[in-house]
Amino acid sequence: MSIMSYNGGGVVAMKGKNCVAIACDLRLGVSQYNTIATDFEKVFQFGPHLFCGLPGLATDTLTVKDKLRFRLNMYELKEDRKMSPQVFTSMLSNLLYERRFGPYFIEPVIAGLDPKTGEPYVASMDLIGCPEKPEDFVVSGTCGPQLYGMCEALYEPDQGPEDLFETISQALVNACDRDAISGWGGVVYIIEKDKITRKTLKTRMD
Amino acid sequence: MGSERYSFSLTTFSPSGKLVQIEYALAAVAAGAPSIGIKAQNGIVLATENKSKSILYEEHSIRKIEMVEEHIGMVYSGMGPDYRLLVKRARKLAQQYKLVYGERIPTPQLVQKVAMVMQEYTQSGGVRPFGVSLLICGWDEGKPTLFQCDPSGAYFAWKATAMGKNYINGKTFLEKRYIETQDIEDAVHTAILTLKEGFEGQMTSDNIEVGICDETGFRVLDPASVKDYLANIP
Repeated sequence: MSIMSYNGGGVVAMKGKNCVAIACDLRLGVSQYNTIATDFEKVFQFGPHLFCGLPGLATDTLTVKDKLRFRLNMYELKEDRKMSPQVFTSMLSNLLYERRFGPYFIEPVIAGLDPKTGEPYVASMDLIGCPEKPEDFVVSGTCGPQLYGMCEALYEPDQGPEDLFETISQALVNACDRDAISGWGGVVYIIEKDKITRKTLKTRMD
Repeated sequence: MGSERYSFSLTTFSPSGKLVQIEYALAAVAAGAPSIGIKAQNGIVLATENKSKSILYEEHSIRKIEMVEEHIGMVYSGMGPDYRLLVKRARKLAQQYKLVYGERIPTPQLVQKVAMVMQEYTQSGGVRPFGVSLLICGWDEGKPTLFQCDPSGAYFAWKATAMGKNYINGKTFLEKRYIETQDIEDAVHTAILTLKEGFEGQMTSDNIEVGICDETGFRVLDPASVKDYLANIP
């Protein structure tokens, strides 16, 4: 058993028209199949238009979240400005590569809007920080392969916030159904220029 | 003498609240070759005197104005070897920033980091303060910036300033001549005129250096371009 699937869970992010969405499931398991919590969020807010999901080993999810917050706060105090998603990706990639030979077992997903242009942005990376910045969507976690399939089937470019919510929700719910260690509900964030919407989802609760 | 008792330890205050070694460092700067920095609307100019002490000297072999990053340049007044160490550190700091954040370092950030290095040398054991003041100029998001960094680690943002020998006269001259709305060509002209104020001997393209920073980045002018500017000076 890989340590990456010790706790289970997945994160997905998608670009829309002037908006982005990021979603995760809520399950936390121990040694794979023993579910011990169903309110474990893996997506965190790091700025007015900046979110990051950290699926993988739960202890590292929490550690990396705190380390990111530390570095982000230091940056924003020193430079007196908000961090752009691009810079955030660089910083996180750097943080992970510092542990190249004893990595944090997480595969992050970043979603946000550029603070200046409002341009949608999604990115993902592996556990040692190799970034990938595609044009459409990113997936990660134990239900990553299932999410890939769902996103490939459902994704359309330039969707508005409502349509994007529908697409990402269907992708998450149906991917979780095909992965025994993801699910137990989900959370979706829709990020628009002047509004952040948080919605909770029900999946098959078993 | 009173001040001599406190003049050896870097970190011992004199009874009047001064750190005399740092004041001596400033004296070393004030004895150094003059350098000028002027901010214009569309760029910044750095200028300095680079006199050779003998006719046998190979001109243009040693530069005083250096590029730190594509959009940041600096110059000094004071001791050459100390300056080169700071140039090396500044370049390294700029590249480190780029490595972590994937972005060019904003000039105020670099100035802060260089100032931090200079401060460390006023409070560490076995070292002396830097015998240089720096002028650091940069172009950030469509805006010019100009900073001065002192041996104490203090830094200032200027519209225009002079350092080194005769800096008081240079500053007074700039106060009279400075126009906020001027463009870079006029600023180069003013900078050369300011240098000329206290210049001993004939000013040529071989004994001054000029650097320009604008939206295209930082560059040191070659002697031929400096000559063109000098031709327009009475």
